[in-house]
Amino acid sequence: MLPPELLKEGERQMTICNACRYCEGYCAVFPALELRRNFTKADLTYLANLCFDCRDCYYACQYAPPHEFAVNVPKLMAQLRTETYREFSWPAIFSGLFRRNALAVSLVTFSALAIILLLVWLVKGSGVLFGIHLGEGAFYRVVPFLAMTIPASIMALYGLTMLLGGALRFWRETQGHLSEVISISALWRATKDAFSLTYLKGGGAGCNYPDAAFAESRRWFHHLVFYGFLLDFASTSIAAFYDHFLGWQAPYPYLSWPVVLGTVGGIGLLIGTSGLLVLKWRSDRAPAEAQMLSMDVAFLVLLLLTSLTGLLLLVLRETAAMGILLVIHLAMVAGLFLTIPYGKFAHVAYRYAALVRYAIEQRRAQPGVS
Amino acid sequence: MAEHKSPGDVLVVGGGNAGLCAAITARRAGARVLLLESATKDLRGGNSRHTRNVRAMHKAATAYLTGPYGEEEFWDDLMQVTGGETNEHLARMTIRASEELGEWMPANGVRWQGSLRGTLHLGRTNLFMLGGGKAMVNAYYNAAAKLGVEVAYESEVRELKMGDGEFLSALAICNGAEREFNAKAIVVASGGFEANIPWLKEYWGEAAENFIIRGTKHNQGQMLKELLRHDAKPVGNPRGCHAVALDARAPKFDGGIVTRLDSVPFGIVVNKEVKRFYDEGEDFWPKRYAIWGGLIAQQPDQIAYSVFDAKALPLFMPSVFPPVKAGSIVELAANLGLSPPALVAVVDEFNRAVRPGSFDPGSLDSCRTEGLHPPKSHWAKAIDMPPYYGYPLRPGITFTYLGVTVDEQARVIMQGDRPSKNIFAAGEVMAGNILGKGYLGGFGLTIGSVFGRIAGREAARYATS
Repeated sequence: MLPPELLKEGERQMTICNACRYCEGYCAVFPALELRRNFTKADLTYLANLCFDCRDCYYACQYAPPHEFAVNVPKLMAQLRTETYREFSWPAIFSGLFRRNALAVSLVTFSALAIILLLVWLVKGSGVLFGIHLGEGAFYRVVPFLAMTIPASIMALYGLTMLLGGALRFWRETQGHLSEVISISALWRATKDAFSLTYLKGGGAGCNYPDAAFAESRRWFHHLVFYGFLLDFASTSIAAFYDHFLGWQAPYPYLSWPVVLGTVGGIGLLIGTSGLLVLKWRSDRAPAEAQMLSMDVAFLVLLLLTSLTGLLLLVLRETAAMGILLVIHLAMVAGLFLTIPYGKFAHVAYRYAALVRYAIEQRRAQPGVS
Repeated sequence: MAEHKSPGDVLVVGGGNAGLCAAITARRAGARVLLLESATKDLRGGNSRHTRNVRAMHKAATAYLTGPYGEEEFWDDLMQVTGGETNEHLARMTIRASEELGEWMPANGVRWQGSLRGTLHLGRTNLFMLGGGKAMVNAYYNAAAKLGVEVAYESEVRELKMGDGEFLSALAICNGAEREFNAKAIVVASGGFEANIPWLKEYWGEAAENFIIRGTKHNQGQMLKELLRHDAKPVGNPRGCHAVALDARAPKFDGGIVTRLDSVPFGIVVNKEVKRFYDEGEDFWPKRYAIWGGLIAQQPDQIAYSVFDAKALPLFMPSVFPPVKAGSIVELAANLGLSPPALVAVVDEFNRAVRPGSFDPGSLDSCRTEGLHPPKSHWAKAIDMPPYYGYPLRPGITFTYLGVTVDEQARVIMQGDRPSKNIFAAGEVMAGNILGKGYLGGFGLTIGSVFGRIAGREAARYATS
């Protein structure tokens, strides 16, 4: 449930923005709100997920605190987003994981680590963990192939299914019909906007992030994280293909596709997540929302550790450190997959859904002026 | 006693658009510049923080402007609003110089955007700042800091020391402490006196208590008062101010754009005695909104009520406060604190006088009243579709016209028509030279930018020669 006082505050601020409209050129939120006269829960949910938190509107706002109107759109939107992530997560019993997200994500990841470590210990004995394993199938001598792939697949499938369910509920809540999603042009525009992070460009100005100065760094770090993640995903898919269909077992040579893509992606993730963490550390807290910040940091740290352990595993795979590194890496991956629907990863689904809705809505509104 | 600072070259008083343009230009010309801003850093920028576009001459359409806007058309527009109350020499010079703003402003960090929705009538003539006036002000402060302009916030100049028409020093209160600043030249860019209610009362009487000030509370006119005290030659009607109809629930100061109401042409307006007092449909709203502040200021208790029905609600830009809503005229009158039988009578009389016509908010249409006094000449439709709505209205003061006379070098002219050699003025404090009456959207910023740059250049030239 979105708290009624938050909805009321959202309506108050959006009404001020709608009467002003000076920020229209920064992002999608303002053209979207201008199509409305009232701001219901559905409208606010949609607008909040359309906001990329670039903060340009905050520093440009003639009504920002200490003005008595106290307009602070990025903070309001972040508050609404944490509430919508919670509201649409499933099963509802886990929605509390959003409340103290950093703690929850750490606990899930450390539990995964403890369980994997315990299982390896019990099944394989401690000698395996600290031994040197070389040649084809080396990783599977520590954690057997099926013990690695089956739980990982189940966790990823679980996470993605739950998230998709959330996105569908979000779509229904914001008064969308399922048939609308099948609009190729809207999907194309939304995909383009997502892949280029159009709304972190601030209408050409860049973001006011981490402070009032305009900068492009946030967008570039985010690109490194996003495309790094995609490369790592591609690397894993190719490795699975090699294993299933060609019968080639990991570890793969340094100049194989899985290793090259994984390494480039991993380095991208490492730089991107570190960069974003530094920016967050230095960022102005006035337009920020504490719960969202905690969620951001938890997700970024987990991604950072996943890529770091992955890269270390590559470098040290022929040493005695491999066993323990593999276990830690798998625990990080497990933590990442399990918290897909209960952490910052969720923004991917809701933001994309909001971008699709925006593309549909703006096309419809095109001929007339609001 | 007052602490002395090492004398600088140029002292700029006021950190809005004009002052910033002056400071940046003077610094670029090699002068050491100190800018004093009376507001805190958060609320810096004077009334410029509420602006959104600048009117600029241009020969051809650009990515942000839909067509050309030449000197003669610009001049004609100015003549139309001022009725000739302008200094043609300075006005034409300003118009011509405005052509450079399209490049100069971005060179100092300002970005453009297409004209905002709902402001299409300005899409050809005015450049819109991305993010509006505060974003522009932020860009200028940033540019000024990079150039090495020194800025002091919460620093209000109280007194000017002058001798024989020459600036000697300025006494200011800086963060509560008294300080004296010497400089070889001074640029006064501290706005008008519209936030000084006692001063407004000298011309408007007690009515001024009920005025809402749309901009900063810092525009107290202290520098204007000081210059006039030292025999600067005044310009502009002292009683004159740009006054629009605002939502009566607006904050006393700094409400900016969002409290304006565009409902007037789509309904009727009555005063507290429930009498109509002016033709609500006389002309397009952008041409008429600026007379309604004055009209309301002349009504009892300086309050009026815009009344309309459900048909009219979607026809104008939403404003910040929801209208008072009711199922019947009787209920609406009660909610607005008006006499219900009187409002019913006025609405009935109006409805009976409405003649059939074809309604078109985009033209001076044929929907008008007959036999009604005052008439409603356009967009007259019976008020008969519930729910009914009402907004309480008050005069909202945007700026004042009284200022100091300047020459084309932005030098302040003293009594006897002698220009001061080291006192320059820019922005609202001298806008009355060019805009003696009326208003042209985005032209205040034009005057401030053009004269800010001239004042900065000339002050630096004097101070460094």
